[in-house]
Amino acid sequence: MKRHLPLGLLVLAIIGVQLLTRATDTAFYLTPLTMTAYYSLVIVGLCLLMGYAGQISLGHAGFFAIGGYLSAMLTTKNLVPFKDNSLISLCDELGLLVHGQDMFGSAFTHVQPWAACGCAILVTIVVAYAIGIPVLKLKGHYLAMATLGFGIIVYRLALAFPLFGEADGISDVPGFPLLPGLSVSGDFSSRVSNYYLAWGMVALAMWLLVNLIHSRVGRALKAIHGAEGAANATGINTARYKLNTFVISAVLASVAGIFLTHYNGGIGPSEAGIMKSVRYVAIVAIGGMANLWGALTMGALLNIMSLRGMFGSYDDAVFGAILIVIMLFAPQGLLGISLSATFKRILRRGE
Amino acid sequence: MTLELFSQYLLAGVTYGIIYAIVGIGFNIIYNTTGIINFAQGEFVMLGGMIAISMHQWLPLPLAIVAAVLLVMLIGALVEILFIRWLDRPSVLRMIIITIGISILVREAALHIWGEGVRSLPYFVGNEITTVRIMGARVSPQVLWVIGVCTVMVLALSLFFKYTLQGKKMQACAANRVAATLCGISTKNMVTLSFMLSAGIGALAGCVMSPITYSQYDIGTGLAIKGFTVAILGGLGSSMAAVAAGLLLGLIESFSVSVVPLAFQDAISISLLLAILFLRPHGLFGNKDAADLKEF
Amino acid sequence: MKRSVTATIIMLAASLALSVSMACAETIKIGAILAMTGPASFLGAPEARTLEMLAEELNAKGGIGGNKIELIIKDSGGNPEKAISFAKQLIEEEKVFAIIGPSTSGETLKIKQICEDGKTILLSCAAAEQIVNPVAKYVFKTPQKDSQVVQAIFETMKANKISKIAVLASNTGFGQAGKGQIEKQAPESGIQVLATEVYDSKATDLSAIVAKLAANKEIQAVINWSIEPAQAIVLKNARQAGWNVPIYQSHGFGNIKYVEAAGVAAEGVIFPAGRLLIADKLADKHPQKAVLVKYTKDYETKFKEEASTFGGHAYDAFKILCRGIEQAGANKEKVRDAIENMKGFVGTAGVFNFSPTDHNGLGQDSVTMLTVKGGNFVEYKK
Repeated sequence: MKRHLPLGLLVLAIIGVQLLTRATDTAFYLTPLTMTAYYSLVIVGLCLLMGYAGQISLGHAGFFAIGGYLSAMLTTKNLVPFKDNSLISLCDELGLLVHGQDMFGSAFTHVQPWAACGCAILVTIVVAYAIGIPVLKLKGHYLAMATLGFGIIVYRLALAFPLFGEADGISDVPGFPLLPGLSVSGDFSSRVSNYYLAWGMVALAMWLLVNLIHSRVGRALKAIHGAEGAANATGINTARYKLNTFVISAVLASVAGIFLTHYNGGIGPSEAGIMKSVRYVAIVAIGGMANLWGALTMGALLNIMSLRGMFGSYDDAVFGAILIVIMLFAPQGLLGISLSATFKRILRRGE
Repeated sequence: MTLELFSQYLLAGVTYGIIYAIVGIGFNIIYNTTGIINFAQGEFVMLGGMIAISMHQWLPLPLAIVAAVLLVMLIGALVEILFIRWLDRPSVLRMIIITIGISILVREAALHIWGEGVRSLPYFVGNEITTVRIMGARVSPQVLWVIGVCTVMVLALSLFFKYTLQGKKMQACAANRVAATLCGISTKNMVTLSFMLSAGIGALAGCVMSPITYSQYDIGTGLAIKGFTVAILGGLGSSMAAVAAGLLLGLIESFSVSVVPLAFQDAISISLLLAILFLRPHGLFGNKDAADLKEF
Repeated sequence: MKRSVTATIIMLAASLALSVSMACAETIKIGAILAMTGPASFLGAPEARTLEMLAEELNAKGGIGGNKIELIIKDSGGNPEKAISFAKQLIEEEKVFAIIGPSTSGETLKIKQICEDGKTILLSCAAAEQIVNPVAKYVFKTPQKDSQVVQAIFETMKANKISKIAVLASNTGFGQAGKGQIEKQAPESGIQVLATEVYDSKATDLSAIVAKLAANKEIQAVINWSIEPAQAIVLKNARQAGWNVPIYQSHGFGNIKYVEAAGVAAEGVIFPAGRLLIADKLADKHPQKAVLVKYTKDYETKFKEEASTFGGHAYDAFKILCRGIEQAGANKEKVRDAIENMKGFVGTAGVFNFSPTDHNGLGQDSVTMLTVKGGNFVEYKK
């Protein structure tokens, strides 16, 4: 019961914020809040990997970009010139393609968003396994460097292929109709539904992750983080647990990428950049590594401030400074110190 | 491929390679005494170039470079004293994050001090189009300066580690920190010294390469990644291996131009790094048993 | 006691409300999304400085028709996702009158639709053709189109009897758009592209790629299309390799810093640009002379650095908007119509003649060919 209390609070906060913006006629706050929600999805996934399984990843923006770019590419690439290709016509028969018209009124065929989304997630899973199996055998700096290298490769490929729009990225990505009447898109009219959709996904992810870390899997991860050799000796298949955690967090990042790309109507190479990966790691660290709620809170706070341009030209500098200060003085995270200190004080008063 | 083209690629490769190697050696010096990788190493190179350019307004070129190197060494020492010295056995993860943070801060500070423009030191000899002929290829004399200065630096470093007392103390720390402490070596001072040393060689490299590559506030990250690749490729901890790996990577990059589009150059070198990490994590020239003994 | 506190609060609230409403009546909010930091900062930083200077100057003179300008500059760092967030914020929350920027094509293309939906005028400082083609009702741009720039280069090449060329481009939006235009226009102009290479915008040495191209003796000239310091490196490496073919640069070369960086290697480079770079050398009767001299002088005295054409794009955007507001009053729709029908506006890039089908408004004559002589820009004459 206790572990569901924060979840309840989260749901209340989500609804509360929306009602508040409605009452004060400040619905525009919902836009950066929705974008923040998707970044939070990456962050809680990374928190599971870093804080609970103890594996750093400096390449998570790569998974975000795989999801976002694939989905964007498939839903914007005009397949009309390839309609005689047998694979394309097979897809068409399976109902995976959408036919329509573009801005100039000529025929335009692209992959159905659901199919594109499924395809992007599938590719993410395959890549995550392919990368995860060798990478997770590494430790310390080698692990950091390998994941960083993976991120750089994704970034370079996004920049090098005309298919992915090179430096301009992909624009004019259509909305993603999830259900009749509910579509992931940045239209001003569908803002409230998108806000609930995004934060609903965060709440769902939190519910899944909280249950996961309180299960057998969570205890196994904790054991791996503490002493991998010992965990192995007690019969925990450490390699498999680490790998699965890696894949879960990669898929969360990818899903966030897909949805945010449809919400924004485009994606650019900066989403795959090293600074983005570093930023995700920074937020997890600030939230307190093994602290899902801390990561979520700090992630939401910092991302919304950044997206509203509150740091001006000092955006990266602020992140760097916070990162150093937290790591120097409070390696267990900002919320970590204040909460534990407060608890201690309360306990002492009770005595 | 004609001989002329071949030697042109060769010299280009050696130029890239030696620059990567110097950054890689900077990583190694700090890694050896502390067991941490300093993600801010590239920033020392950037600072070296930038400070020398600013100094050159008032000082003649050689003095400006000396002043820049000394200043960057001071900055290196400050970084160590402020951010690393007083931490009690920090975890690797924590150190990675702290040095990344330092790198971001230094870069942003440079952006706000020097602005976003490019600058460069003048060519040490001749001007932008002066060339010398070597084996049918034409190169700028500055390339020879880079190669010369970096070679001297590598030799001086190995002599320093072999024959001076301070060098031997640092070696001792690298081999076994506890034993070194028991022998009366102040490991903390050795760590500060190692930061100064790697900041100094980074800064010097930043100065000699500035006429060729230009200096800009954000060149550090790219260089750090290449230097990092080289350090791991050769095997963490060994300076000579870093030089060999640097030259190898530089040559691969320059010769790859003749077969694959330039746009994929970085992707190729990083893929090479991943392959090495997966197959031989102790590096091409490193010793597996020694690598296993390192504390992570 | 209690009553006095309440009274104070009411007074405070009232004065606050009053000041807010007064502020609304008197100021026109103009938003700007610029890449002041990050990889495209060489565009965004001079643009931001130019806008600050212009807004200050305008407000010191009492604003437009008594209305002061409030400039809200947002630094996107060149990130499209931030540009998207800022665009929505400026439109809905700040309710800005118009948006100037973004600096890069990638960002502009991502907020084109947002400004269209939000019915807010967007005056982009980015080059790509797709920004104004297809025409979006509220979207304008001030830099010359890539197609015009490429055409100017090809004409000069034809005059010099060059038909076989190599193309180098950086892997940024700017480089890719230029490369695309060159490849598109080359066949019509009878120019053959023998080799194309793309390099990283952060490249530090390009001697290997230059050596590869130089080995092909058929190449008569090179076009290099980039906007970063790497273009100075191309020049140095080519001349060091003893490769003495004519080198053509894009209008991204329009910054004297790059000439300084390349030193003597920059001599003889031919590139297309607006006339801003040769402002003081223009004939006195040239229509742009007065505008250009004033802008470059103001900018250079205020910021102690040479003016570049990039800052000029922001200057044009700001001035076009001001002219529109002067003509039509502070009404978005009317100002939009005024800009769309604006003719003969003299800016730094050229003389703008907008029309419902042309939201760029610059003609082919806005591009002139320049070359470098003695470390200075001069007009290129064959």
